Amino acid sequence: MSTRVRDLLETLDYGPAPEDPRPALRWLDARQRRFHLFIGNEWTEPRSGEWFETRNPATGELLAHVPQAGPEDVERAVRAAREALPTWSRTPDHVRARYLYAIARQVQKHARLLAVLETLDNGKPIRESRDIDVPLVSRHFYHHAGWAQLRSSAFPGYAPVGVVGQIIPWNFPLLMVAWKVAPALAAGCTVVLKPAEFTPLTALAFCELLLEVGLPPGVVNVVTGDGRTGELLVQHPEVDKIAFTGSTEVGRRIRQLTAGTGKRLSLELGGKSPFLVFEDADLDGAVEGVVDAIWFNQGQVCCAGSRLLLQQSVADRFLERLRARMETLRVGDPMDKAVDMGAIVAPVQLERIRQLCEVGLAEGARIWQPSWAVPRDGLFFPPTLFTEVSPASTLAQVEIFGPVLVSMTFRSPTEAVALANNTRYGLAASVWTENLNLALDVARRLQAGTVWVNCTNLFDAASGFGGYRESGFGREGGREGMWEYLQRPGKPLAAWPAGGGSVPETDLPPASPPQPAALPAVDRTPKMYVGGRQVRPDAPYVRFVYGPDGRLVGEVGEGNRKDVRNAVEAARSALPGWAGTSAHARAQVLYYLAENLEARAAEFAARIAAMTGESALAQREVQATVQRLFSYAAWADKFDGAVHSTADPRCLVLALHEPVGVVAAVCPDAFPLLGLVSLVAPAVASGNTVVAVPSQRHPLAATDFYQVLDTSDVPAGVVNIVTGDRDTLALVLAQHDDVDAVWYFGTREGAAAVERASAGNLKRTWTDTEPRDWLDPAWAEGDEFLRQATQVKNVWIPHGE
Amino acid sequence: MATTVSKVVHTPAVHNPGTDLDLAWVASVRVNRSAAERRAQTLPARRTVKREWQVAWLLRAVRCLDLTTLSGDDTPSNVRRLAAKARQPVRPDILKGFGVEPHEVHVAAVCVYPNLLPAAREALAGCAVRVASVAAGFPAAQTPFRVRLLEVEEAARAGADEVDVVVSRAHVLWGDWRALYEEVRAFREAAGSCHLKTILGTGELPTLRHVAQAALVCMMAGADFVKTSTGKEAVNATLPVGLVMVRQVRDYHARTGYRVGFKPAGGIRTAKQALEWLALVREELGESWTRPETFRIGASSLLTDLERQLSYHLTGRYSAAHHHPMP
Repeated sequence: MSTRVRDLLETLDYGPAPEDPRPALRWLDARQRRFHLFIGNEWTEPRSGEWFETRNPATGELLAHVPQAGPEDVERAVRAAREALPTWSRTPDHVRARYLYAIARQVQKHARLLAVLETLDNGKPIRESRDIDVPLVSRHFYHHAGWAQLRSSAFPGYAPVGVVGQIIPWNFPLLMVAWKVAPALAAGCTVVLKPAEFTPLTALAFCELLLEVGLPPGVVNVVTGDGRTGELLVQHPEVDKIAFTGSTEVGRRIRQLTAGTGKRLSLELGGKSPFLVFEDADLDGAVEGVVDAIWFNQGQVCCAGSRLLLQQSVADRFLERLRARMETLRVGDPMDKAVDMGAIVAPVQLERIRQLCEVGLAEGARIWQPSWAVPRDGLFFPPTLFTEVSPASTLAQVEIFGPVLVSMTFRSPTEAVALANNTRYGLAASVWTENLNLALDVARRLQAGTVWVNCTNLFDAASGFGGYRESGFGREGGREGMWEYLQRPGKPLAAWPAGGGSVPETDLPPASPPQPAALPAVDRTPKMYVGGRQVRPDAPYVRFVYGPDGRLVGEVGEGNRKDVRNAVEAARSALPGWAGTSAHARAQVLYYLAENLEARAAEFAARIAAMTGESALAQREVQATVQRLFSYAAWADKFDGAVHSTADPRCLVLALHEPVGVVAAVCPDAFPLLGLVSLVAPAVASGNTVVAVPSQRHPLAATDFYQVLDTSDVPAGVVNIVTGDRDTLALVLAQHDDVDAVWYFGTREGAAAVERASAGNLKRTWTDTEPRDWLDPAWAEGDEFLRQATQVKNVWIPHGE
Repeated sequence: MATTVSKVVHTPAVHNPGTDLDLAWVASVRVNRSAAERRAQTLPARRTVKREWQVAWLLRAVRCLDLTTLSGDDTPSNVRRLAAKARQPVRPDILKGFGVEPHEVHVAAVCVYPNLLPAAREALAGCAVRVASVAAGFPAAQTPFRVRLLEVEEAARAGADEVDVVVSRAHVLWGDWRALYEEVRAFREAAGSCHLKTILGTGELPTLRHVAQAALVCMMAGADFVKTSTGKEAVNATLPVGLVMVRQVRDYHARTGYRVGFKPAGGIRTAKQALEWLALVREELGESWTRPETFRIGASSLLTDLERQLSYHLTGRYSAAHHHPMP
């Protein structure tokens, strides 16, 4: 020791500071390093007879063998969850709360074992698993013990969705268990969880905690395995909902596989999150922010700030500081308490990172890495900075999921926002400036589910986390996360003619020519309504509209994909203006619509009656439509966001309700006017623009309605109407990458096609194939519609001068 | 004089000559408090040293110590006691156990009130420990400027190697950077060849940005060290405050080439805290800055804890305070 002390006194080196892995290794040994499936609170051998290895990525050391669950195993797990559901879903709130509270406590008691096990299995620094992951896990269960306690009072009329299949990634293995299991149990769902094959150990350790707290059998089941196991779970007919966190690629596939099954779906997918630094930022603070953004968990974070956007005036100074900071990062044994970065999770991931860096170099990007070398043994990659990158570069577009940062510059806030939003993804963003005006303005304009102002990668159970765009849909955490596991049961069926069902052929010519009158009526040609103008169909073909007696009532244009294209263009260009209009002004437009509709109530009722033959009902429908417009005029400035109470009292977390964007509303056949307005009004009230496909059978109410739109100060492009074959148009809309959501009220087959096609840009879908009583406000208006019309953006604003 | 020869060891090659007051630079300083606090909070968890590495760090902390007594009841007798401890801050048997010779480890300086300067000088004659005096209306800087300036001159004349001056918090609160600059400039002149440390009294400054700007202006005015606190404010040296100060030191060096030292003081009582401060400076400024020429810790009771931890590393047993000679 002595000579070394003298030397070290001169160099002041950091030595090794290892966490002792032996307790965790003994824990593995005590289980013979061979695990089983956790089904119905029993550890059972896999019927598949297959096992796979899990290794320590920092050393290559074999940690354990884990079962590869096959079809029979998944079957057993789902059955266990299904059998447990009736009792668990009716278990009193307070009792469920006690279980969740006990889980939180149990996680805290075993905190160090879980942290060490996590680092062994995943390769992340022990400092992170100890100080970040595990504390967030217990916090998540505490928070959701609260939602369990409050479920009935906070969500009256809602019930658990049922059996939930949950598939989680390897980057935060135990934290993702918490994010998935806690809200499910709080809601009263039962769970079949599949951990990632690279990192199954902490999920299995978690099962032991569940046994310790005495959670009833079957409430949580864990099946380990690779993607095949996940696919079995996704396709199992007895699973009511799939919650998935992982790559966008797999998310797309899950969207396709679940299409038309009626399964609920939430997806938390990839990202290429921007990190914006303005010239008046605390540059040193922002440099440290970059460290937390992209070198947290080796950059293997879905919301990693991987695109550095620098204001040109400070770019050089910032990069100089950043490089100096990179020199002082320490990469090595993740079990060492004083390293900043550990190992990459698996050889395949390391190879992917290397390959993408090669692509970057080949495309002319300039690479910078610190002067020191990473350890040769184990899966390590140094912190890496690319400059000379443009939005067209592969590195600027593709999620690398490694410690690789790309940097670009901007000249103005507007350009910064444009660059930031120039991506398919929309998971998170980080904004650095000391100017609050700028920070909040940019935060509002960024397309991302989370915006961190002067901070990054902060998480809390009270705040929802989830994406915009192709980063997925649904939220985890907070009140907004609870909705993902709740549904309204017992919806009464419509009293009146079919909502979905078959639609009569309408392209046949009239059976008998119209009776010649003394003076022929002036021809009326209902058109499409696109961009505030009445336009003829792209290809003039006609659809005949018949009354109940088979008599021709009129004709509408047969819309095709070009009409859809034009309508979406119009809706897209109207969106910024309309979304930026005040809620008060949007309400005024809706009131004005009601006023003008009321003035023509008799005419609309007559027209509807002519199509449906139900005169009295038609009058009620028009009156209900006027009321509905009033309802959403009222809601326009009342569907407020929230301020979340996160763990840091000096951080304001604003949950903003923002419009989804361009919404395609494919309307029910029944109630041709009311059905249309019931979808269009909540969308428009929330700031969306709409492409509506009206009732296929009775479209004339909609084509009359555009005259009301025309006279009610509705800005051009906010509401667009395309008539024609419902399912053909719905499919074009579902395939359109510039449509953000499709609401479809038609047939099961149509819904399946819409959901399958929506996978292209992972647009939100809302399909309802059951007839709905559109006259009943309890079922046909309100927060269910408004939640579909909005997405939650959480803006984190730490404060203090 | 033999004393001056030995003191060369710890004297920086050049004073910081300062620069003109650059108000645009001062105005451009930005500090985000939440970000600074996060860095300060996570840094100790990111950097920890164990075993012989920790021994070396503890010894380095001893070398960077400004062993301080600033009490109303200070007399030559307790100052002599402090000086004796300063010469031999760690029990020789402990040092030898680590293969370090006793003469290799002494504290950087002894810091006293001006009245005790003669006693301190006498007690430290012939050794490399430097003598520092507080001055300029310590601790509140609320005496007439003429008197404060005179104190600095007197300290220099009385043979102080280093003068720790307090700055007028009022100038900082009012954002009167020119007044602050001129005040420190005057102290700089008055201090002559003495090493000038400027105490910001950060516990009495309203924001971290004020701390950063005050530190920068002091450096422009020729301070050789920027120091956090007097130890008499309600809030002493904190890591976030230290962080923003060392970042200013780094920027000043980058722009001017002059190396200014950093001294946290007040409330640093445990070896663990001392290691955190060392880690902060090592991380933000580099190892070369963690030497007595550019890093000091102002403390009184800290030394005993450093010595106890060193003893623990040698023996494997936790030590008691009374097993170590008191300062």
